[in-house]
Amino acid sequence: MGVVDMADNMKMRAQLKGDFVEVKVLMSHPMETGRRKDDFGQLIAAHFVQLVTATLNGNIVLEAQWGTGISKNPYLTFRLKGAKLGDVIAVTWHDNLGATATQEIAVTQG
Amino acid sequence: MQRRNFLLGLLSLVILAPINALAAIWNKTAFEAVKLVDASKSLDINRETYSADIQITAPDRAENGAIVQVEVKSNIANTESIAILVEKNPTPLIAHFKFSLGAEPFVVTRIKMAETSDIKVVVKAANVYFTNSKNVVVLENGCG
Repeated sequence: MGVVDMADNMKMRAQLKGDFVEVKVLMSHPMETGRRKDDFGQLIAAHFVQLVTATLNGNIVLEAQWGTGISKNPYLTFRLKGAKLGDVIAVTWHDNLGATATQEIAVTQG
Repeated sequence: MQRRNFLLGLLSLVILAPINALAAIWNKTAFEAVKLVDASKSLDINRETYSADIQITAPDRAENGAIVQVEVKSNIANTESIAILVEKNPTPLIAHFKFSLGAEPFVVTRIKMAETSDIKVVVKAANVYFTNSKNVVVLENGCG
C-alpha cells in the first residue's frame, strides 16, 4: 500500500526521434494474477497494475487499463507527435491494492 | 463531536477518492470476463471489420509464455483506442489503451500467454471497430 519508492520503481526514457518522441517505461511490479500458488500450495493474492496514465506537459496523452495478463515488471513503449526537446513527460500507475507511483522525465535528443 | 465527525468524514473522502475514481475507470467486467466474446461485449465492441492496417509484431513461437513482446501499430485514421486480447488466456482482455493529443496509435508491451493462441487486436476509430490477429505458438504456460 501507499507510495512506492519512485526512483526504484520506474525507469523511463523519452527521446526525440525525427518527428516523434519515443517514450520507454519499465516498471517494477509483481503483476500477480491471483491464480498462482506459493511453495505451500496457497494461492497468492492478485496484485497488478490496473491503470497507467501518461501526460505531456501536464496534459493526458495516454490512458491504459491493464488486466493480469501484462507481464511481471511491465514494459511499455509509446510515441508522441508534436513533443519537443525539454518537454516533460510523466507516467503514473495505480494498482488494485491502492499503491501508486509517478515518474517524470524531460525529452532528450535520441 | 459533530465537527470532529465532519472532519473525519472529510479526511476519509480525501483518502478514498483516488481509489474510487480508479474503480470507476477500470472496466472490471471486461477484464474479469473469461470468454473473449464477453470481454468484447463489455468493451462495447459490436461489429468489427478485419483490417490489414493494424500491424501486430510478435514472435511466431514463444518459449516461455510469461513474457511475449507485442508491438501494435494502427494505420487507421482517427484511431482512438487499441485493445489487446488473447483468446485462450484465463481472462482474455490484456490491455486497453486510449490515445489523445498527439499520441500515436502505437504501443509495445509484454504480455502473458497461457497456451498457443491468437493475439487479437481491436482498434476503435470514429466509433467503428477494426480487428486483426496474429497467432503465437506458446511452448510453456506463462499464466501461472
